Order: sequence, then structure tokens, then C-alpha cells
Amino acid sequence: MSEYIILSIFLFLGAFIAAAATVVGLVLGYRTRKTKNKMAPYECGMETYGNARIQFKVGYYIFALLFLVFDVEALFLLPVLANYREIMSGAAGLSPMLVVIDLVIFFAILVAGLAYVWKKGILKWE
Amino acid sequence: MYVPSVTNPIGDYVREWVPQLVAYLPESLQGETTCSVIAFAINAIICIIAVCLVNIGSAPILIYMERKVCAHVQCRLGPMRLGWHGTIQTIADVLKMLFKEVYSPQGADKKLFYLAPLIVLIAPFMIAALIPFGHNLLVANVDMGIPLIIAVNGFGVLGILLGGWSSNNKYSLMGSLRSGAQMISYEISFALVLLFVVMVSGSTNLMEITNGQAGTVANWMIFKVPVLGFLAFIMFFIASTAEMNRAPFDIAEAEQELTGGYHTEYTGTPFAMFYLAEYIALVTNSALAVTCFLGGFHAPCIGFESVDQILLKVPGVIWFFAKVYFMIWCYMMVRWTFVRPRVDQLMSFEWKFMLPVNMLLLVGGAAYIALSI
Repeated sequence: MSEYIILSIFLFLGAFIAAAATVVGLVLGYRTRKTKNKMAPYECGMETYGNARIQFKVGYYIFALLFLVFDVEALFLLPVLANYREIMSGAAGLSPMLVVIDLVIFFAILVAGLAYVWKKGILKWE
Repeated sequence: MYVPSVTNPIGDYVREWVPQLVAYLPESLQGETTCSVIAFAINAIICIIAVCLVNIGSAPILIYMERKVCAHVQCRLGPMRLGWHGTIQTIADVLKMLFKEVYSPQGADKKLFYLAPLIVLIAPFMIAALIPFGHNLLVANVDMGIPLIIAVNGFGVLGILLGGWSSNNKYSLMGSLRSGAQMISYEISFALVLLFVVMVSGSTNLMEITNGQAGTVANWMIFKVPVLGFLAFIMFFIASTAEMNRAPFDIAEAEQELTGGYHTEYTGTPFAMFYLAEYIALVTNSALAVTCFLGGFHAPCIGFESVDQILLKVPGVIWFFAKVYFMIWCYMMVRWTFVRPRVDQLMSFEWKFMLPVNMLLLVGGAAYIALSI
């Protein structure tokens, strides 16, 4: 428990250092007059055209969804694989055969999903 | 009431001398609770200072090293003017960066604009807290080591997406979206390779993973499982390079196409924070590779009694950092010798090559363990 308290301090440590650096930059940094041209978003020297909140490709969302599926899969596999050696040697009190069959079914569903996505052409980046 | 106590290995020293110090306090404050809380606080402060030193201190060294490696790969000399062989050049650069103007462009979402560099720095510090640097040098010895690392790694993507979106610049938006897609794709490979390590070592605790590789070089994860271990190491190397947005996978920055990517609009110290995060991530990823594959802080013993005795005399921290800097040198050589792939090549490489190979790797590892029992 104490270790998680230290970890929670570390969770904010990086953010705190970055915040401190930003404040130092705001205080120490030298300032010039904020003219229109200076504040305009950089566009290779051309005058800024339109808004940057543009529509973008839906493909990014699909990859995010796929990522979700496979990352959750990794999380589900984690507890099984962490104890895999014990299970196989029979020390965990589980039938090794049953666990292997479960894993094979789990993996088969995933591979089928990947194959489906591949065949649909979603993995092709245009 | 819950009283925090010191549990990690550095704490042993703290636990010994805090009661002696507490004896000087007024009578009313003495007691076991005070002792415990003070010991915890002192331990936390020591940990924070140590991690900050390792992380922030290594960034200037790495930037100097990168410039030198790059220069020598390209038959140049690199920084030479300031100090001996340009050694204090990076410090001068940092000082210059401090005095640059900090502002957000017109139409930017100010809150998110200044929040993004904060979020980017979270992950490297968290990971540094989980990695064992030596037999007694570890901030938090938790059982959830590997899952925490996989979880925290996602913060980097969030920061980059926020930074790109909030700066109201089309190039930034494109760069951040690309790097978001790239980083989340390679995170799967990253997680699956770590799963392989977890499966072989049978633990998610990084200290136990390291101690499982004690002994000779043949016990290191990279050689422990023949062929598969080395394959996993290569996969980890590729996935972490893409995770860090380093060349040859620096699609996000792609200065020739996107004028710098997600940090185009950043100036001064917030920009420096993005840079710092990149280099700290280099250290933490190398440290993770060393912990998981190259035996962590264990000396590279080769099995001959006479040689091993000399090697074992060197402290573990020195071995650890020697290995880490070797890994960093590898990352740098890869960066300056390979060409950048296109976006579509990068994505299809991950989804159509890395992911199937990763799954085969897991299946192969499972079969190897099942057969070797």
C-alpha cells in the first residue's frame, strides 16, 4: 500500500515539473508586442487560411477501435500467462488441458477477428 | 487510521536511522506513528530526488550524445566550440530555451495547450519509479509492474493528441493524429512482447523478472528461450522505437512534410518539455529493455569462475547503466542509418506483420514452456 502512495506521488511528479518549467518560461521569457501576424498559426509563410478544426479521416477512429480490442485482449491474457508455468506444471490445481483449450478458443476468436478486418480491407491505409 | 510505512529496499537504511533522529523531537510527538510517517516521507523525498536526477540529468547527456552520434554517422564533428568537444553546448541550449517567449497562437484552446506538455511527462516518470536500478535501488516494488507500464504508456498519446489539436494549426492536427494512430498501433506489439516476457518469467513484478535472469548470460531472457527470446527482443526494439516517435518511425514530426508535427506551435519551455519527454522516454524504454531482456542489474557472467569474480565486484547500478547506454546507442544508430517509411507502410507493417508474428511468438513461447516442463 505504501508503495502505491509513492507511485501516486510519481504520477503527478512529471506533470508538476512540466508545470514549474512552464511557469518559469512565462516569467523569465522575454516578451514582444502581440501583433496579428505573430499570433497567426504557422502555415509555411502563407496567410492562415480557414480554421484548423477540420474534418479528418474516419480511418483513425477504426484503428483506435481495433487498438481497444487488442489491448483489452492483452490485459485478459495477462493473468493467465503470468501463472502459465504453474498451471502447466499442475501446481495451480487447474487442469492444464482445460486451460490450453480455453486459450486456444480465446486466441481463435481474436485471429478470426483480425482475419475478418484484414479481408474487409480496413487495414489498408489510403 | 492507515499509517504508511517504508517497504522498498532503499527504506532499510531510512528505517534504521529515523528512530535515532526522532529521539530529538519533543516528548509529545514521539511514537511509532511519527517514526513511520517521517521515515515514509524521507524515503519518498530520496526517491523523488534520485529519479529526477536520473531522468532530467540524463536528458542533456543524451542530446549531446545524439548530436555527436549523428555527426559522426554523417562524417561531421558535431558541437565542438563550447567547452571540451562541445560538452556544455546542451546546457547553453537549455539556458537559451528558458528565456524564449511562451505564448499560444490565436484561436488555440489555451487550457489544453498548456496542459499537453504536462501530460506527456507523466509516463516516463512513472515508469522510472517501477524499474529496479540495482539490488537495493527501486522506488516501488509492486506486483503490478508490467500492467502499470502498459497502462501508463497511453498518457503519451493523450498528450500528443491534445497538443496537436489545441494549437489551432492544421499541420499540428495532422501530425498528432498520425502519431496517435502510430503509437496506439505499436502499443499492441509493445504489450504483447511484454506478455511474452511475463509468460516466460512467470511474474509481472519487475524485480522478480530481473532476479529470474540471475546467473550467467545464458539466463538472460534474450538467450533463455532459444531463438524466440531474440525475436522478442527485436520486436520490442521495433515497437518501442515506434512508441517513442523516434526515427525511422517519426511520421509525427516528419519535418519535410508537416513542418514539425504536433509541436509546431510550441515555443520556449513547453516545447522543451516535449523534447525532454522524448529523451526521458528513451532512457525508460532502454531501461525496460535491459530489465526484461538483458538481465537488468546482473553482471554478464560467462561461467568461468575467475572472470566472473572480477565482473561481480562491479556494482549492479554500473552494469545497469552500461547496458542502458548501450541500448540508447543502438536506438541512436538505428535513428541515423535507416530511412523513414511512409504512413501506409508503417501501419501495414504493424497490423499485417508485427501483430501476426507477435501472436506466433506467444504461441511458440507457450508451446516451449509446456514442452520443457
